Amino acid sequence: MSLVGARVLRKEDPNLITGNGQYVDDLQPVGCTSMVFVRSTEAHAKIRSIDTAEALALPGVLAVWTSANIAQLANCPGGLPGLDQPLLAKDVVRFVGEGVAVVVATDRYIAADAAELIVVDYEPLPAVASLSAAMAPGAVVLHEALGGNTVHFQDFENPLDEAFAAAPRTASLHVVNNRCAPSPIEPNVCLADWGRNGLTLWAAFQAPHHLRNTIAQYFGIPQDSTRVVAPDVGGGFGAKINFVPEFFLTALLSKEIGKPVKYTQTRSECLVAMLHGRAQEHDASVAFDNDGRILALKLTVTQDQGAYPNGTGMGLPVLTTAMAAGCYRIPAVAISWRNVVTNTTPVAAYRGAGRPEASFTIERLIDLIADETGIDPVEVRRRNFIPVDAFPYATHSPLAMYDSGNFAGALDELLKHVNYDDLKKEQEKRRQDPGAKLLGIGFASWLEIAGFGPPGSLEAFGHLASWESAQVRIQPDGSAIIFTGASPHGQGTVTTYAQIAADELGIDFDRISVKHGDTAVVPQGIGTMGSRAVAVGGEGVKTASGRVYENAKRIAAHLLEASAEDIIIEDEKFFVKGTPARSVPWSEVAWKSFQPLELPGGMEPGALDSTVFQQVPNFSFPSGAYCCVVEIDRETGGVNIVNMYLVDDCGTVINPLLVEGQVHGGVAQGIAQALYEHMLYDPSGVPRTSTFMDYLVPAASDLPGYVTGRINTPNPSNTLGAKGVGESGSVGAPPAVVNAVVDALSHLGVKHIDMPVTPIKVWNILEGAK
Amino acid sequence: MTIRTAITVNGKDTSREVEARTLLVHYLREELGLTGTHVGCDTSNCGACTVLLDGEAVKSCTVFAAQIHDCNITTIEGAAQADGSFSPIQEGFRQEHGLQCGYCTPGMIMASTALLTENPNPTEEEIRHALEGNLCRCTGYEMIVNAVRWAAENPNFTSGGAK
Repeated sequence: MSLVGARVLRKEDPNLITGNGQYVDDLQPVGCTSMVFVRSTEAHAKIRSIDTAEALALPGVLAVWTSANIAQLANCPGGLPGLDQPLLAKDVVRFVGEGVAVVVATDRYIAADAAELIVVDYEPLPAVASLSAAMAPGAVVLHEALGGNTVHFQDFENPLDEAFAAAPRTASLHVVNNRCAPSPIEPNVCLADWGRNGLTLWAAFQAPHHLRNTIAQYFGIPQDSTRVVAPDVGGGFGAKINFVPEFFLTALLSKEIGKPVKYTQTRSECLVAMLHGRAQEHDASVAFDNDGRILALKLTVTQDQGAYPNGTGMGLPVLTTAMAAGCYRIPAVAISWRNVVTNTTPVAAYRGAGRPEASFTIERLIDLIADETGIDPVEVRRRNFIPVDAFPYATHSPLAMYDSGNFAGALDELLKHVNYDDLKKEQEKRRQDPGAKLLGIGFASWLEIAGFGPPGSLEAFGHLASWESAQVRIQPDGSAIIFTGASPHGQGTVTTYAQIAADELGIDFDRISVKHGDTAVVPQGIGTMGSRAVAVGGEGVKTASGRVYENAKRIAAHLLEASAEDIIIEDEKFFVKGTPARSVPWSEVAWKSFQPLELPGGMEPGALDSTVFQQVPNFSFPSGAYCCVVEIDRETGGVNIVNMYLVDDCGTVINPLLVEGQVHGGVAQGIAQALYEHMLYDPSGVPRTSTFMDYLVPAASDLPGYVTGRINTPNPSNTLGAKGVGESGSVGAPPAVVNAVVDALSHLGVKHIDMPVTPIKVWNILEGAK
Repeated sequence: MTIRTAITVNGKDTSREVEARTLLVHYLREELGLTGTHVGCDTSNCGACTVLLDGEAVKSCTVFAAQIHDCNITTIEGAAQADGSFSPIQEGFRQEHGLQCGYCTPGMIMASTALLTENPNPTEEEIRHALEGNLCRCTGYEMIVNAVRWAAENPNFTSGGAK
């Protein structure tokens, strides 16, 4: 029986449900010390002086550092040359939360006490806390080297003026895609131990080899004695692939004081210091005919980079504009983008990273076309879909060569679950009844770019390469260990890889282990991000397992005095097809694979050990169709999701249970962006949502149940056929929710509402209509 | 200022001289090495640190160790059955994929344990309400609700000692 496709329970769970997981903060090596930051309370200010005397005098304090202690060191890696963030602020701070000083003490309470005793004297400067403020004439400049606040501007190649002038109809939209804080429940944590044999850094990170390569390069130390370990990691969502000062500071301080140094971020710090996501504004225009067919699309993305732009943040508008056209055949597409710095927390990847922004705007535009033409939104989608026979489909962007999909098929499947006609009648009925809650139905046909990626793609974000490593190693007893460069933090990769390998090797699932997250154990690796763990890493497991299996068959054939081509396996026994009575078990093949006298001619011991650096020729393109049904309370403006219907096409499903979990989790974060979450700053750059009291991460009572369905168009870029599913929900859910709210209020002339759709926004609309 | 506190944790007597301000969660994690109880926020919102105090769910980041002298604490390390089998709730989380990264899970399991003690057969709505002080960023909650329902439907679950 094939395990690929089976609902297999997770190997990860027994540890995690008994408190035996091992997260970085759980590690307490002998002599472990604690590091605490003093973070800037000013959004933009000169540092006049820092008084550390009292802190240094506190018993138990081992070190207090400011930028003066590390003046010779380069700035934090990952930034843009000349605009990068110092490990500790030098002379000037540029956002609330920027590190100004650090204290190391014998325990976390003393370190926190000492941090309180440090006095920083600031000379406030004018701050720009929004894109409009940063781009205003005469705005204060964050980085003198830049001269202004625009880091990069990519203009239209052709603004399509003629296409728009000639079109029967046009519509435009300004969209604010709200800044979100990724908020894994485990904040950032790291523990450094730099002794005579080298540096070991345990870190809550998604890409340990990436961090190992970078930290070794930063300190000019060899990689062989630099080890990064990402043990159990409590969620990442893209925010744990960024290089942040704490990694380098704990390492340096460990070397300096000769003890392990641990940093455990508080939630309040996490909300201002862990890099944010989204934070885009869009100016979008669409030209279409009277039948709702799109003739041209024009999109300008303005990306808030926060105070210090980084490579990932700079890549976000590239991904957004590449995916601007969504599932639709649009004859002319013009894209432009601008990266701008502001006195806010820097921005980088957050689940979806550039694609939720694209899908939100194109799906809002589709509904706007429906509204303008009076054609049903479902029908407008159908009229514009790229048809199934058009793949591979070249888009306006060289990045996005769509390889597969069935957008109409996903919508058909979705409508089997949704009683659309009944809902529309119900909506009309309720509009006539002032005592009834308003009803809204919103659709999103979404598409994303995932499975990062073809050669060159991750290199552009500063990674070593775009492959993923997989080593399959048979043990002498016939059990197997898989080593992967993917670095899971909740995805269930240990389970899915064991499923893939079990099918390829013919070894029992329970006798396959998966090791990850340690650069001293895994040969090389890239990491888990961009929905790549199965589409790239899982394919590598399949490839390596296949090679091992071929050699195992040769050994079995030798032992059975048969030809390898005739050998098959069942129940961990190799035999010649048709004669199962005479067999050799996997355990014997494995044992003898290490004994030269037992091997077929030309084969060396170690033949059942294969390492693959799996490449893929293209990105993958997961897609789907979602429908959200909302009720709106006319008295409070509160929005309640009544139903959330989700049809995904992630290609081949390895484990339906885990795919369901990924879809739910992504959708929950998408709903959260649509209804609840917004990292807010006041005009002086002070964050107004810097604790979980103010930043609304939804609880069980804030979210609906989900109805899921599936179609499957296999990914042609790998033999598994899997596309990736980790980010899909966050791409599809926001437009479905907001389209539903706008639909509920459309009879009041509402065309658009920016996220998050809070009760006060809706209440103001309802009041305004009275 | 230090205070001697004696607390029974998972059935074992413990006693330490602690600073008056020592939080229960740090007492558990750092004094006793019971690191299954996690910290996810500093405003008592996330519930990752939930433990049972004399059978009731509390957030151990908002309790001082010195404050609960002579009390009984159950942490995730003490959640399994006497024979070592997972508790029905632990098994429910496994069966229904009620966890992904696992960081919020100990708190979720302890809060769910308190719920089922009080209400052995909760509806979906009652479960969602009871767990609203526990945040999960991975699952979107439906599978956590299913996990608690699984436990309610299998109150006599045992794996016969298999862990």
